[in-house]
Amino acid sequence: MLKLLLIGLKDLKIAFRDRAAIIFMLLTPFLLTIGMGLVTGRFSSNDNSGALNIPIVIVNLDNDSIGDALVEVFSSEELADLLETTTSQDAEAARLLVDEDEITAAIIIPAGFTQNIFSANASQSEEYQIEFYANPSRPTSAGIVKTILDGFMARVDEMRVGGITSVTQLIISGRISPEQANAVAKEMGTRFENNSTDFNETLITLKTSTNQTETNEVDMLAFIAPGMALMFLMYTVSYGGRSILAEKSGGTLTRLLVTPTNSMQILGGKVFGIFLTGAAQMFILVGATSLLFQLQWGNALGVILLVFAAVFGATGWGLLITAFARTPNQVGSVGSAVMLIFGILGGSFFQVQNLPAIAQMFSKITPNAWAMDGFTALAYGGNIASLTTPLLALLTMGIVLFLVSAFLFGRKNLVQK
Amino acid sequence: MTNILEVKELKKNYGDFQAVKGVSFDIKEGEIFSLLGPNGAGKTTTISMLSTLYEPTSGDATVAGHSVKKNPMGVRNAIGVVPQDLALYEDLTAKENLIFWGQMYNLSGKSLASRVDEVLEQIGLTDKAKNKVKTFSGGMKRRVNIGVGLLHKPQLLFMDEPTVGIDPQSRRAILDTVKDLNKQGMTVLYTTHYMEEAEELSDRVGIIDHGELIAIGTQKELTKQVGETETLILHVGENEDPSALVSTLKGLPNVLDANVVNNQISVVTPSAKDVLASVVTKANERGIKIHSIDIREPNLEAVFLHLTGRALRD
Repeated sequence: MLKLLLIGLKDLKIAFRDRAAIIFMLLTPFLLTIGMGLVTGRFSSNDNSGALNIPIVIVNLDNDSIGDALVEVFSSEELADLLETTTSQDAEAARLLVDEDEITAAIIIPAGFTQNIFSANASQSEEYQIEFYANPSRPTSAGIVKTILDGFMARVDEMRVGGITSVTQLIISGRISPEQANAVAKEMGTRFENNSTDFNETLITLKTSTNQTETNEVDMLAFIAPGMALMFLMYTVSYGGRSILAEKSGGTLTRLLVTPTNSMQILGGKVFGIFLTGAAQMFILVGATSLLFQLQWGNALGVILLVFAAVFGATGWGLLITAFARTPNQVGSVGSAVMLIFGILGGSFFQVQNLPAIAQMFSKITPNAWAMDGFTALAYGGNIASLTTPLLALLTMGIVLFLVSAFLFGRKNLVQK
Repeated sequence: MTNILEVKELKKNYGDFQAVKGVSFDIKEGEIFSLLGPNGAGKTTTISMLSTLYEPTSGDATVAGHSVKKNPMGVRNAIGVVPQDLALYEDLTAKENLIFWGQMYNLSGKSLASRVDEVLEQIGLTDKAKNKVKTFSGGMKRRVNIGVGLLHKPQLLFMDEPTVGIDPQSRRAILDTVKDLNKQGMTVLYTTHYMEEAEELSDRVGIIDHGELIAIGTQKELTKQVGETETLILHVGENEDPSALVSTLKGLPNVLDANVVNNQISVVTPSAKDVLASVVTKANERGIKIHSIDIREPNLEAVFLHLTGRALRD
């Protein structure tokens, strides 16, 4: 066991002394993250999110001032490049469009929503909830829509609190009767401009199909950074795989075999070296983006578990590529191709949901796609429970690929001269 | 002295090809034993079987009492191996390489640290310990390559053609290192195709050709096989034609044979000093100018030629 660790640590040291490897493992994904962040407006003051045209349907059953205002905001010119908003009066039909993956989300404003916003008797009942029915297969774009909706609702909440405070003062001072309160509140609500308050109770809430009760600021970088890191993780694991064959051709594997070290310790050490290098790469990128860009990756333990699982799954692919290759150069070439293909399929460049159906199907074999799902869930405030599926998928992937690779290594007599 | 290595009828086949055809020999503790033979003779295959890298097709060998077939891990603990090709991590420093390989030989802590320092001293690289191996010259890399094999103070050191492809100065340093190690009590199995190295280093030599051990013994024992002869080598000018002189020399008393190769006339005789004067006289009579004369005692090259009909370098 100790020798296994020593071999792994030796490989980690060698990997991080290789300038070319560092450029690919760390510098390139970091620079690409910055580049894509710039393209998507993450680093600009205008916060231009780019032309995404996310399809949504707003069902305005309220047909009153706040409901109309929400439709107006989502249909505004400022959001025209980002959202493709249509309105409807049929909530069931809108939900069906989501279920059929035709749109990203449906926003359903209940009837009487405006009427009850400024009611002194307002409570947290269904009537005051705007339903946000999100497509779980489009977590990234759904998150963007939800962020906009959160911003709107926060503003409405400010108005509501200010209105209630003012109306209460008017009743106490005897300037209006309690019977006039609703009418006055509504009048004030439509004219309300700005207010500040210490009132913490939020009556207006969102009901989401993903059961996420927290509202998070979703950062585009939270999708770009893991996408790039995961894509170049595939480079790292193929680099590690290449080192197995390089040791064979360079004579060090043969030399190891004549030391009192058994072949399982040697192979295990090499695999551990790939895993360690991949994990180090991921944690450095997570740490760097957190420190330099204040990127919130989400639940820390969840990030750690997901990084380990992603590296485990990716290491399996690195070993499989090595098992099929004959020379270190072959591993390098195939590894680069797999890195790009998995990057595209796994959502490093485009959302998986925007890919053709067959590509979406193949994305499931990539560690990138599963890990991206997990990182997206964490970015939305998900906890470890929300990582169950990605973690299980990545671990299963790793185990299956390890077993297949071990079988192929055995057939190739890799640890024999 | 007891045998540290006993090899019995060791064979290795690759399909129909027999790389090693049943070699048997012993090495005593404290000896330097050389396996001398041309490239492809089976030296590396033999060493690979003895170091447990290849499983023998048949036969067996014991190293310090451990069978290479039945107890390979025991063998690996007892041996050090210096492979023919460099087997080092070029991105690690000399010291890091030695530490890593020492750990693979189960060294740790203070004993590892002190052995690494000792070996660095031994191979003359203490001042370069923190330099990456990839910055070293070929000779320095060879020295680190040897150092790795010495770390755990093996009972038997296998050195597989450690001087191939290096400059004369580094070669000299390596040969001196081998002799120093032997003086300190280390037993060495040295393979080479350089006759001079085998002659200089070895207590005993095994001559191997086409997978067979065709002769074994001390240098004296081996040269006796070609008889008690000496060879006079006459170096003549490029424009000379010594062929007529060769016929004359063959007729002289005490001359067993005479040949000419590339402006060199070789005269085989039981006693060089007895025929030297008459050989020079005959050359003068023929008007052939002699530039220099060497007297050579019988050597392993001659033994190999005698046994195989081919020169060692062929």
